[in-house]
Amino acid sequence: MTDTLTKLTNQGLGKTVAVRLGLPRPALLRRYAEGQDLLDGPAAVGSIGDGPVAASATAIIAASGANVVAATADSTYADKLAAVVYDASGARTLDQLEALRATLGPAVKALGKNGRVIVIGTPPAELDDPEAAATQQALEGITRSIGKELRAGGTANLLWVAGEAQGDSAVLAAPLRFFLSSRSAYVSGQPVLVREGEIPDVDDWHHPLAGEVAVITGAARGIGAEIAKVFARAGAKVIVVDIPAAGESLAKVANGIGATALQLDVTAADAGERIAAAVAQVGDRLDVIVHNAGITRDKMFVNTDESRWGSVLDVNLQSQLRMNKVLLDPSVAGGLRDGGRIVSVASISGIGGNRGQSNYAASKAGVIGLVRSLSQELADRRITVNAVAPGFIETEMTAKIPLATREVGRRLNSLLQGGQPVDVGEAIAFFAEPGSAGVTGQVLRVCGQSQLGA
Amino acid sequence: MTTRDVVIVGGNRIPFARSGGKYLKASNQDMLTATIDGLVARFGLQGERLGEVAAGAVIKHARDFNLTREAVLGSHLAPQTPAYDVQQACGTGLETAILVANKIALGQIEAGIAAGTDTTSDAPLAVNDDLRRTLMELNYAKTPQQRLKALTKVRPNQLAPEQPQNSEPRTGLSMGEHMALTAKEWGITREAQDELTLRSHQNLAAAYDRGFFDDLVTPYLGLTRDQNLRADTSLEKLAKLKPAYDKGNPDATMTAGNSTPLTDGASAVLLSTREWAAERNLPVLARFVDAETAAVDYVNGEEGLLMAPAYAVPRLLARNGLSLQDFDYYEIHEAFASTVLSTLAAWESEEFCKGRLGLDAPLGSIDRSRLNVNGSSLAAGHPFAATGGRIVASLAKQLHEKGSGRGLISICAAGGQGVVAILEATK
Repeated sequence: MTDTLTKLTNQGLGKTVAVRLGLPRPALLRRYAEGQDLLDGPAAVGSIGDGPVAASATAIIAASGANVVAATADSTYADKLAAVVYDASGARTLDQLEALRATLGPAVKALGKNGRVIVIGTPPAELDDPEAAATQQALEGITRSIGKELRAGGTANLLWVAGEAQGDSAVLAAPLRFFLSSRSAYVSGQPVLVREGEIPDVDDWHHPLAGEVAVITGAARGIGAEIAKVFARAGAKVIVVDIPAAGESLAKVANGIGATALQLDVTAADAGERIAAAVAQVGDRLDVIVHNAGITRDKMFVNTDESRWGSVLDVNLQSQLRMNKVLLDPSVAGGLRDGGRIVSVASISGIGGNRGQSNYAASKAGVIGLVRSLSQELADRRITVNAVAPGFIETEMTAKIPLATREVGRRLNSLLQGGQPVDVGEAIAFFAEPGSAGVTGQVLRVCGQSQLGA
Repeated sequence: MTTRDVVIVGGNRIPFARSGGKYLKASNQDMLTATIDGLVARFGLQGERLGEVAAGAVIKHARDFNLTREAVLGSHLAPQTPAYDVQQACGTGLETAILVANKIALGQIEAGIAAGTDTTSDAPLAVNDDLRRTLMELNYAKTPQQRLKALTKVRPNQLAPEQPQNSEPRTGLSMGEHMALTAKEWGITREAQDELTLRSHQNLAAAYDRGFFDDLVTPYLGLTRDQNLRADTSLEKLAKLKPAYDKGNPDATMTAGNSTPLTDGASAVLLSTREWAAERNLPVLARFVDAETAAVDYVNGEEGLLMAPAYAVPRLLARNGLSLQDFDYYEIHEAFASTVLSTLAAWESEEFCKGRLGLDAPLGSIDRSRLNVNGSSLAAGHPFAATGGRIVASLAKQLHEKGSGRGLISICAAGGQGVVAILEATK
């Protein structure tokens, strides 16, 4: 569902005219196809000082088969770079940021299409010294600004790597690979925190979920259906769930990817039990639950009645609490295993609020609160809990928004376009990967660095 | 020779639509394919090669000579799954289950799908016999003169198409007219028929409301519940309906309310051995125990057209050493409310059981609270060949929910036939 402007301004006459008139030209984003190389060009890696993470990053990129070159202040680049990774985690004084400026600048300039900028920092909260914390916090401002300046589908993101995890290349591999790859095509300007975690060996980066059982709610259409496809592609045995009334399209989704269809209203009192029973049929444990089911009942706050208020909160939030309670009970057959994954779909409405969506924003902000709290509670069981907050995604739902409003939502971001449902699926699958064990309690925006809710 | 246990893994159907309703543009093949695909999705059978798929339609286009196989090829089952068509009027759906079950019991196949579909919205219209003969003659004509001669025989009145008839070829009476005769014979009142009808609607609506059909029905073409279901009907509303059969008679009892309407739909049931289900971690809802078919001589007026199940059931009971009261659920197909009531009256009648069935005593009455507990054809509708699959899957789930006991299925069919079966909860 590529929008007309993106299509028009990327080819033939439309391109010529757009360039002459100075019209915005949204880039055609590189997206993932099974077996695709991590990068389609060399990556430059640099650091402030020794850069405790730079060596890991170099090894991870080299292992993917990509060429790695050193990024220094006097580097010149023969080929267009596919990515630049800059380890600033060792920076403790503001003066050291000059090294970042001097090195990162030429490297960013050398980026080709769909270039990736990844800055690595130390979480400021770990640092006692105010200047050290300020220096690290500055990285967020730098990364977000670069994200806004990049063109041609480029993205810039920040990985906060906790001190305990800085020497561990295993824990960095999945997050770094995600942000380098085309799977993060619509993610820009976002920070993600990586902690220590138990990481199994990953043999097959193209099928990280091989053999896992995943349940996706709200999967009959739109974003949910695309999440299911991404999970199936990644090797998971998928159970797709949606309300009985959506059964016809749910069956089509299931049959398209070899999944099992479960017609179920997630607000049913026994929804958790029925999901567990379905899981017990395809395997003995649940590895991943994706809470995607959601509804909107938009009205101005003052006109929102009890039913609009209650139904949105029940479907989008309360149902997750109820299902989690059952699925997290170790005595339930088909419940979530220790080391499993919970991923919820939030929204940028839940971060920034939205006119006419107080009920929806309440539920989605609630999801963020839930994720942050539950991730701590379940840390002992090595279950990670994360959320993805989509921005403007091209779906049947957003296609119904009036043109002018739709165009604003679509263009008001660094990539000048709406995201695809698959972009949300990729981010959710990233959280679900075994390699993402060090990532929990995070809310990742998939919004093309939208200015809404920022 | 020992036979193997046959179990029902589950079922799927599309909501039944009133004739000329939501499925106006759907063919039998469309509906059957969607229904099989819904079953495939429910149990993750994509690419699976099953022993066979047996299905049928009562009203079928000539082009659908290989209806079931074509539906399988259009589905997500492995194309190596064989299939064949069956037709035994309204008994088709249950008969396919018997055929598949028997092959499983004999060890010939491990798993199969029994299904049925019917549409009266996409019914075949044939050219009438006069025109057909003329056209055949034209087809075989060798010279232009012969062709011209054949064409001169075409008359305007030959252009009227021949429609499929809902009447018995040997009596010329419609099914309802036949049933009216039987209802009169057994003295079935209008009130009793309307009460049974009301309960069918109420039971079906309650079953939908409690989510009973969540894993039995997959919506189709925008329809999520059976279109004929009137959750808000009442005895008062039913009492207002005018008789639809035996119209001149002031004592006529059968109306459009207490008779099933023409309906479009399809259903499918997955049967297998216990081992096949266990290997795939699939559920086992019930065991398919035994079945019996019977036929009566309605042509010479010896017995009512739809009374054959009254004969089939006692033979099935005797073979299994059971009494009529040994069941937790009775699923008696509601072709008409009076069909169910006449059948029950016959089993209670000493004269009938001794005289016609040759038994020592009447079979007796049943606990009516165990009859069609999740609704039946009066509420759901009755796409002829799809009714058997609807009942088998629903009864299997009822038994699974209860966790014990057995259920009796009784389905009457055109041509004076009846197909009956026993299901049992699995331990």
